[in-house]
Amino acid sequence: MASAVDTGVQSGRFWRVLIYVTLIVFAAFYLLPLFVMLVTSFKSLDEIRQGNMLALPLEWTIAPWISAWGSACVGLTCEGIHGYFGNSIKMVVPSVLISTLLGALNGYVLTKWRFPGHRWIFGLMLFGCFIPFQIVLIPMSQVLGLFGLAGTTAGLVLVHVTYGIGFTTLFFRNYYEAFPNELVRAAMIDGAGFFRIFWRILLPSSGPIIVVTIIWQFTNVWNDFLFGASFAAGQSAPMTVALNNLVSSSTGVKEYNVHMAAAMIAALPTLLVYILAGRYFVRGLMAGSVKG
Amino acid sequence: MSDTTRTSGDWLRQNLPRLVLSPSFAITLFFVYGFILYTAWISMTRSRMLPKLDSFVGFENYGKLWKTLNWQIALDNLAIFGTLYILICGVLGLLLAILLDQKIRAEGFLRTIYLYPMALSFIVTGTAWKWFLNPGLGLEKSMHEWGFHSFSFDWLINPKMAIYTVVIAGVWQTSGFVMAMFLAGLRGIDNEQLKAAQLDGASAFQTYRRIIIPQLRAVFLSAFVVLAHMAIKSYDLVVALTGGGPGNATEVPATFMYSYTFTRNQMGVGAASAMVMLMTIAAIIVPYLYAETREKRHG
Repeated sequence: MASAVDTGVQSGRFWRVLIYVTLIVFAAFYLLPLFVMLVTSFKSLDEIRQGNMLALPLEWTIAPWISAWGSACVGLTCEGIHGYFGNSIKMVVPSVLISTLLGALNGYVLTKWRFPGHRWIFGLMLFGCFIPFQIVLIPMSQVLGLFGLAGTTAGLVLVHVTYGIGFTTLFFRNYYEAFPNELVRAAMIDGAGFFRIFWRILLPSSGPIIVVTIIWQFTNVWNDFLFGASFAAGQSAPMTVALNNLVSSSTGVKEYNVHMAAAMIAALPTLLVYILAGRYFVRGLMAGSVKG
Repeated sequence: MSDTTRTSGDWLRQNLPRLVLSPSFAITLFFVYGFILYTAWISMTRSRMLPKLDSFVGFENYGKLWKTLNWQIALDNLAIFGTLYILICGVLGLLLAILLDQKIRAEGFLRTIYLYPMALSFIVTGTAWKWFLNPGLGLEKSMHEWGFHSFSFDWLINPKMAIYTVVIAGVWQTSGFVMAMFLAGLRGIDNEQLKAAQLDGASAFQTYRRIIIPQLRAVFLSAFVVLAHMAIKSYDLVVALTGGGPGNATEVPATFMYSYTFTRNQMGVGAASAMVMLMTIAAIIVPYLYAETREKRHG
């Protein structure tokens, strides 16, 4: 019989091979759509119509990428997606920074400066992360209209900060929970105030959770579609909305290669973050399922 | 904290933490709970294109909602999609986690591949799969070119099958994440117990069934809650992949809410559907959050 390893599985040669084959087949399953997207984005339309979707391009061309970026038609304008890419950046940066800062302060208060009712407050904020956002679409569109923020990037920033602070607070709260209270108490005895303790003691050791929070917020805000589609029409739309408009527009010839190039451009920022900081990305996902 | 003299500086020092928290809390109260109440009220009015706050009709819209064919279709689709999505993601995630836990070479590399779809927007995922499954130029054509001439795959344009393409793309996007959850759970299991079981002559299969999988109960629960709530909310993927079609074949509650509220001028009915979605998610998430935050108390 097979010799046992400490994970408790029979590791006969046959089983090992089967395990590796299975794992590789699944790796292919996960990679296939990305591969197809990539090769399609480098083919000419003729080659797409005549050739095999899974084949490498016979003649590589970056024309689809150039067209997607600068001249493809989204809705009525034909200037490519670069403007929408810019909109997304303008939306993501302030949303992420503000919600992360608020989350850090909230987490600090909720762990180190507790007052009666702090669990209720946290619970109410936490539930806010999980609501189906359909429930806020009607009043939100009215409030944005009232503030004169309808259809603007500033409006989207407000929306993303509002519905992001639940998660950012959760991240920092769980992290600061494990931070030794003695250090905080010692600093208090030394006369350090609320902000000084936060700035000098908590923040310097918050590196990992800041990275996790920023990645989580960046991914969520960049990938959002519902709010973008609801509150930012036309020229101020974020990248995801523009991509969807580009792909689903029914006029003219369907330029699949341009669609795929645009999809790749929309995917690159978050993909890059994932490749560069995957460890933190996974930790964020885990924390998002509340277990911190 | 002791306060002997009561000056305004002391008051500030005393209440500073609350003051710092209060903007976030106020935002939550207004934009989450206030908005829920507002939508609840709209759902009981005769609002059509715009909110009409003074046209109270009680639960009429909810009755209308349940008699709407599209809502029935949306619920059926959510049942199909939700069940398969949760089940397949769960089984696949557990399987991959167990296989990856066998001291695999290049484990980190494989994990990265399994999980990367989670970094993508559902719009990108939908666009990619829409192209991959394109009946004219996608998978079907590739198979024909490889000699499988009878191969046909038209699910994307087949009203009976379109909802299953949403399942495929959804599973593709999320199963890696479930794998990561289970893998973390597996890594947290005490090795001593497993060794003891092996000494008793338990087979690998028995060890997993009797000892390991029962210990993953908490992960199963977390995975279920996360997946269920994602399934109910899923909107982007359907929009990008099928646009709710062909016809209304892949209508789900989220697309129903959007179209009835903003394009079909039935805001009251749309609000009612949003309320139903909220209640369903609350029924799943509130007990879970309650238990989770409770546990943390003595952690």
